Amino acid sequence: MRLINRHFSKRDRLIAGGAPIVLLLVIYLIMAAARHAANPSDKILPLPGGMFTAMAGLLTTPDPLSGHLVFWADTLASLQRLGLGLGIATLFALVLGLLIGALPPVRATPIALLPILFIALGLGETSKVVLIAIGVAPVMIRDIAAHVGSLPREQIIKAETLGANSWQIIARVALPQAMPRLLQAIRLALGPAWVFLISAEAVASDIGLGYRIFLVRRYLSMDVIIPYVAWIALLAIVMDVALNALSRRAFPWAHGDAR
Amino acid sequence: MNALLSLRNVWVEYGDKVVLEKVNLEVAEGAFLSIIGPSGAGKSSLLRLILGQEAPTRGQVLLDGQPLRPECGPDRGVVFQRYSVFPHMTVLGNVTFGLECPAAPLAARLFGGARRKAEAEATQMLEAVGLGDSLHLYPAQMSGGMQQRLAIAQALIKRPRILLLDEPFGALDPGIRADMHGLITRLWRDYSLTVVMVTHDIKEAFTLGTRVLALDKRRHDPHAPHRYGATAVYDLPLRGPPVPAPEPETQPTPVAATN
Repeated sequence: MRLINRHFSKRDRLIAGGAPIVLLLVIYLIMAAARHAANPSDKILPLPGGMFTAMAGLLTTPDPLSGHLVFWADTLASLQRLGLGLGIATLFALVLGLLIGALPPVRATPIALLPILFIALGLGETSKVVLIAIGVAPVMIRDIAAHVGSLPREQIIKAETLGANSWQIIARVALPQAMPRLLQAIRLALGPAWVFLISAEAVASDIGLGYRIFLVRRYLSMDVIIPYVAWIALLAIVMDVALNALSRRAFPWAHGDAR
Repeated sequence: MNALLSLRNVWVEYGDKVVLEKVNLEVAEGAFLSIIGPSGAGKSSLLRLILGQEAPTRGQVLLDGQPLRPECGPDRGVVFQRYSVFPHMTVLGNVTFGLECPAAPLAARLFGGARRKAEAEATQMLEAVGLGDSLHLYPAQMSGGMQQRLAIAQALIKRPRILLLDEPFGALDPGIRADMHGLITRLWRDYSLTVVMVTHDIKEAFTLGTRVLALDKRRHDPHAPHRYGATAVYDLPLRGPPVPAPEPETQPTPVAATN
C-alpha cells in the first residue's frame, strides 16, 4: 500500500507521537543519572527531584522582594503580553485582511505600511506587545486578505443579485468565511509569537517566563530552565488545541463536520 | 409581447480580441431562451453582459427599455454551475439572506418578528423546490442536485425579472438532471419566469427552451482567429411551451462549423 494511503488508528497515532517523547525522556534520565553518579552536584542535567525542589520554591514561596509567587507571576505577565500582542495582530488581520481582500480600491493602497505607523506611535506599556504584534500581524493580514480575495467570484455576484451592498457582502459573506481561517492563522502565528515574546522578555523586562529563563541561565539553573521550557511548550499546545476545538465548534461548516 | 430584454448592436472586446460582435437580441417576457454554441463562442460573455457583471464595449443592453447599469442587481437572478450557494449558511439562511439584504442595510440581518416572517417566506420557497426537509443543513452536507435546487430557490426569492442559468445542470448526473429539468419547467410556469440559460447540452436546450439561440463565429481569419467575434448564427423559435417529456431528437441540430 502506498504511504499516502496509510492511515493510523487513533491508538497507533498516540504511540507514534508519544514514542519519540518517551524515548527522549528515557535517554535524558539515563544521561542525567550517569552525570550525577560522577558528580552529585551536577547542574547541567538535573534529575527530576532537583527540578521538583527548585520549582516548588518558585511555585509556592513568595519572592521576598516583590511578594509574588514567581512562577505564576511570570506566567501571568507572559500570557498577558502574548494575548495582547496576538489580540492586536488578530484585530489588524481581520479588519485589514477583510478590507484588502474584499475591496479592490483598498487592495491598491500600500496598507501593509500601517504597522510602521504603529511602531512610531508605540503602545505605552510594552514594546514587547508591539514586537509580537508587528512580528505576526503582516503574515496574518496577508493570509486573511488572500483567503477573502480567493472566495469564488460566483458567490460575490450571487450576493449582488440578492441585493447585498458592499457592507453586507463583507459582513455576511466575507467575514464569516474569514473567521475559521483567522483561527487557523492565529494557531500558525502562536509559534512565532512565543519566539518574539521570549526574545523581548530576554532583552528588556523584569518579569515573565522568558525573563526568568534568561535570568537563571547565569546560574546554570537547568533545574528551573527545563521545567519553564516544558511549561511554555504545554501552554502553546493547550492554546493550539483550544483554538482548533473552538473553530470546529463555532464553524462546523468549515470542517466538513455534521452538526 | 414587449421585449423585456434588448441587446442592440452589442460588441464585447478584450483588448484586440473580439468575443462578441454585432449581437442583436430581443427577449420577450415569459420566454425560456436557451443559448448554445461551442466553447469560446461567447456564451458566458453574453450571460455576464445580461447579468451586468460586464459592460459591452459597444452597443446597449436594455432591461424594460432602460439601459442596464454595469453592476449586478436584484432584478436579475443567477444560478451558476458551481459556487452559487454560501457554504457558511444553512439552507434556510441562504434563502433568507436575499430577504434580509434590502430590509436591513446596516445590520445586514433581521431579528424577531421580521426574521420569522422572512424565514416563513424562505421556507415556502424551499418547499417549492423540494428542500422543505433540509432547512438546517449546510450546503456541504447536500448532493450537487440539492445544492442547485437551493441556488434556484435563493434566486427566485427575489422575484427577479430575468433568471439567468449558467450551465446549471452541467455537473449533475443524468437522472438528477431530468428531475431538475422538470423542476425548472414547473417553476418557470408557476412563477411566470423569463429565463436565459446557457448550456452545452443541445438536447437540454431544445427540451427546455421556447427559443434556442446558437452563438458562433460567422467569419474566421486563420491568421488572426481572435479578430472576429461570435454572434447569433441561429435563432430558432420553438412553438409553445416545452413538453416535459423528452422528444427533441427530430429538431435540426445547429452544429457549429468552425471552432
